[in-house]
Amino acid sequence: MYSEKVLDHFKNPRNVGELKDADAEGTVGNPVCGDMMTMYIKVKDDRIEDVKFKTFGCGAAIATSSMTTELAKGKTLDEAMKITRADVAEALDGLPPVKMHCSNLAADALHEAIKSYKEKSTKK
Amino acid sequence: MSLKVYMDNGAGRPVDPRVLDAMKPYFTEHYGNPASFHSEGFKALEALKMARGGVAELIDGDPSEIVFTSGATEASNLALLGAAQRSRKKGGKVVRSAVEHISVINICKELSREGFEIAECPVDETGVLLLGELEKLVDDDTVLVSVIAANGEIGTLQPVKEAAELAHSHGALFHTDATAAAGQILLDVKELGVDLMTLSSNDVYGPKGVGALYIGRGVRVKPHMIGGGQENGLRSGTENVPGVVGMGEAARLAKQEMDAESTRLTALRDRLIEGALAANPESYLNGHPTKRLPNNANIRFSYVEGESLVLSLDELGVQVSTGSACAAKTLEPSHTLLACGLKHEEAHGSLVFTLGKNNNRDQVEYVIKELPGVVGRLRAMSPLTPEELR
Repeated sequence: MYSEKVLDHFKNPRNVGELKDADAEGTVGNPVCGDMMTMYIKVKDDRIEDVKFKTFGCGAAIATSSMTTELAKGKTLDEAMKITRADVAEALDGLPPVKMHCSNLAADALHEAIKSYKEKSTKK
Repeated sequence: MSLKVYMDNGAGRPVDPRVLDAMKPYFTEHYGNPASFHSEGFKALEALKMARGGVAELIDGDPSEIVFTSGATEASNLALLGAAQRSRKKGGKVVRSAVEHISVINICKELSREGFEIAECPVDETGVLLLGELEKLVDDDTVLVSVIAANGEIGTLQPVKEAAELAHSHGALFHTDATAAAGQILLDVKELGVDLMTLSSNDVYGPKGVGALYIGRGVRVKPHMIGGGQENGLRSGTENVPGVVGMGEAARLAKQEMDAESTRLTALRDRLIEGALAANPESYLNGHPTKRLPNNANIRFSYVEGESLVLSLDELGVQVSTGSACAAKTLEPSHTLLACGLKHEEAHGSLVFTLGKNNNRDQVEYVIKELPGVVGRLRAMSPLTPEELR
């Protein structure tokens, strides 16, 4: 039911873990629904220099988190804000319909992290 | 992947080779219709009779009380819809347990749309029906009570006999879904006092697509499959002779081998539960420690989600199920686990191991050995995992 790419990202997730010196982080979902993820970003010259994730959830939740970090790395903050859930699903060669909403939250977590970073920067 | 450790026998089982051998002639040699008045028809009719005897023997019923169906779901449809509709004049209430199979729950929803009042009887935290609550729910308006013999997901055995007595004391019929229990524990319909019992062929190593409903003598149900009047007018349609022969043979073997096989499986089950709990911190047994099906182990791992566990174990050649919403069509966690009082987040991390003839001690040890790595990898990824477990 999952594409090869989804299974690959589930088995060998890219950029998994915590970023100790992250500039910002964003968390979406909750354990009650069965999916929860946190994205950590490190920003340099308005670009995402490094990004990592931690995810509780199904195969799709882990794979979309992993793919989102790959799509986001090296992008400017504005470019990264434009990454959509659909982009992530497409990059994984699609997701089962039932997984499109509940498990495809990684882009939202990334956006939350970027918003948090911007809020922090304007306060400075 | 060389190793295959299939521990999802509650979802699907292999057909016993002896069963397959018994079925084969009815595909290519004896293909007559049991309704025909010639030697080939008689052969098919005789085969049906033998099969009915095999199923009746498994539950100590009479062959005349067995109706073959296309599976457990159809049997439960005939039992619940058929009995409730037939008893409409007597009353309008149906009582079921909170841990019925989804098919029975949805059939009850259909009855509710037809105007029946449906009452759900709760269970304790191990999944055992609360008889005191059942007593409060069953009244003189109740026409039918349905309590599963054992829930296939958590394995908890139910007080079927006591529940049946309660139903009868108010003049209600009693149905039990014995899909998961048949072939594993002794089911004597007379001793238990059940009026209707759902059975599945595949769950006793027969072919899929066949099931049976036990309908006690004198119990009336309204048929839903209308046609040529086969199966005493209760289930029309030319009989699936090879399938029915398979179920009959499977039931006969199940009866013969049940004692030895259940003893063997109980030992494997207990080793799996003990080994898995010992090897993984913050893991817990779902269901009852002893009042459970010989083949069922349901274990919950905190901070991880079940579908991820299933996918990871599959990579290692181990096939199991989960009670997590994330692997379900409905996106709701298992109603059975929620009925036992688990929180949504707890229900998500549950794994269901259903053992069978195809499993042995080496396989159980392999699973125990591999689980910590699988659970540990996912816990390391999870934002919920406390520091000391990472």
